[in-house]
Amino acid sequence: MAASIASPAPEGGYEFYVTEDPHAHDGHHDGDDHEHHHETGTMLGFWIYLMSDCLIFGILFAVYAVLGQSYAAGPAPIDLFELDKIAWATAWLLLSSITYGFAMIKMHEDKKNMMMFWLVVTGVFGLAFLYMSIEEFMHLWHIGAGPGESAFLSAFWTLVGTHGLHVTCGALWLVILLIQVQMHGLTHENKRRISCLSLFWHFLDLIWIGVFSYVYLIGVLL
Amino acid sequence: MSADTHDSAKAYRDYLMGFIFSVILTVIPFYFVMTGAISDTNTVIAIVVVMGAIQVLVHVYYFLHVTVSAEDGWQAMSLLFSAILLVIILAGSIWVISHLHENMMPAHEQIERVRNLP
Repeated sequence: MAASIASPAPEGGYEFYVTEDPHAHDGHHDGDDHEHHHETGTMLGFWIYLMSDCLIFGILFAVYAVLGQSYAAGPAPIDLFELDKIAWATAWLLLSSITYGFAMIKMHEDKKNMMMFWLVVTGVFGLAFLYMSIEEFMHLWHIGAGPGESAFLSAFWTLVGTHGLHVTCGALWLVILLIQVQMHGLTHENKRRISCLSLFWHFLDLIWIGVFSYVYLIGVLL
Repeated sequence: MSADTHDSAKAYRDYLMGFIFSVILTVIPFYFVMTGAISDTNTVIAIVVVMGAIQVLVHVYYFLHVTVSAEDGWQAMSLLFSAILLVIILAGSIWVISHLHENMMPAHEQIERVRNLP
C-alpha cells in the first residue's frame, strides 16, 4: 500500500484507498506522511470546484458593479457601512487564515494535538468573523435596509450573504473534521480532507479581499 | 527528520511572510479611506484597487501555494483560465451595462413625458 501511495497513478486522475488500515493512526510510518501536498487527483478536482465557485463570486461581483449605485432613493453605502467593524472582521478572517496554515504545518509533521489546537483557533476566529457579519446584517435589517429596498441592497445582500454562507459551511466542515480526527486520528483520508478545507478556507479569505476592497472601501468612497 | 523540520521552517516563513504582507496591504487602504488623508477620491480608489490586487496575488502564492509546477501545471492553468473568464464577465458586464445606462432616458425626463401624454 505504501508503494502505491508513494508513486502517483500514471494518468494522475484516480485515487483508490479501499484498503485503508483502520489502525493506521497508531503508527507514524504508514507511508503517506511524505506525500506531496498536491499529489492526488482529489486536490486538483477540489481546486477546479473552487475555480467554479470563483466564477459564481465573479458573477455576483459583476451584478454588484452594475447595480451597486442604484439606490432607489434608499440608503447608500456611506450611510450604512461601519468601516471599523469591517476592519475587525477582516482581521479575524486573516488571522484564521494564518492559523489554518499553522494547522497544515502541524498536520504534515503528524502532530495531531497541535494541529487540532490550531484548527480550533481557526474555528474561533471564523466564528468571530461570522458573528460580526450576522450582527451587521441584523443591524441593516432593523434599520430598514433589507435586500428588498433597492437594487444596490439586493446585490449587496446576495454577494456578502453568499460569502457568509460559504464561511458558515467552512466552519461546519471544520467542526465535522475535528470530530473525524478525534475519532479516527490523522489518517490519509483525514489529511486529504483537511488539505481540501485549507484550500477552501484560504479561498474564502481571498474572496473577502474583493468584498472589503470593492463593496466596502470603494462603496464608501463613491 | 531534518528535512521535515527544514520544510516546516520554510512553511512557517511562507505563512508568516504572507500574513505580514496581507496585514500591510490591508491596513494601507483602510487607513486612507477611514482617515481621508488624501482628498482626491480617484487616487484613493486606485490605491484600494492596486493593494487589493497585490493582496490577491500574495494569497495565491503564499496561502494557496499555486505554482507553475504544482499538479503538472493544471492548477495554474485552471486559475489562469478562470481569471480570463472573470475579466470577460466583469469588464464585459460593466462596459455593456454602462453604455446601456447612458442611452437610457433620464428619470425626470421620463416623468415629464408621462405627464404630457395626451
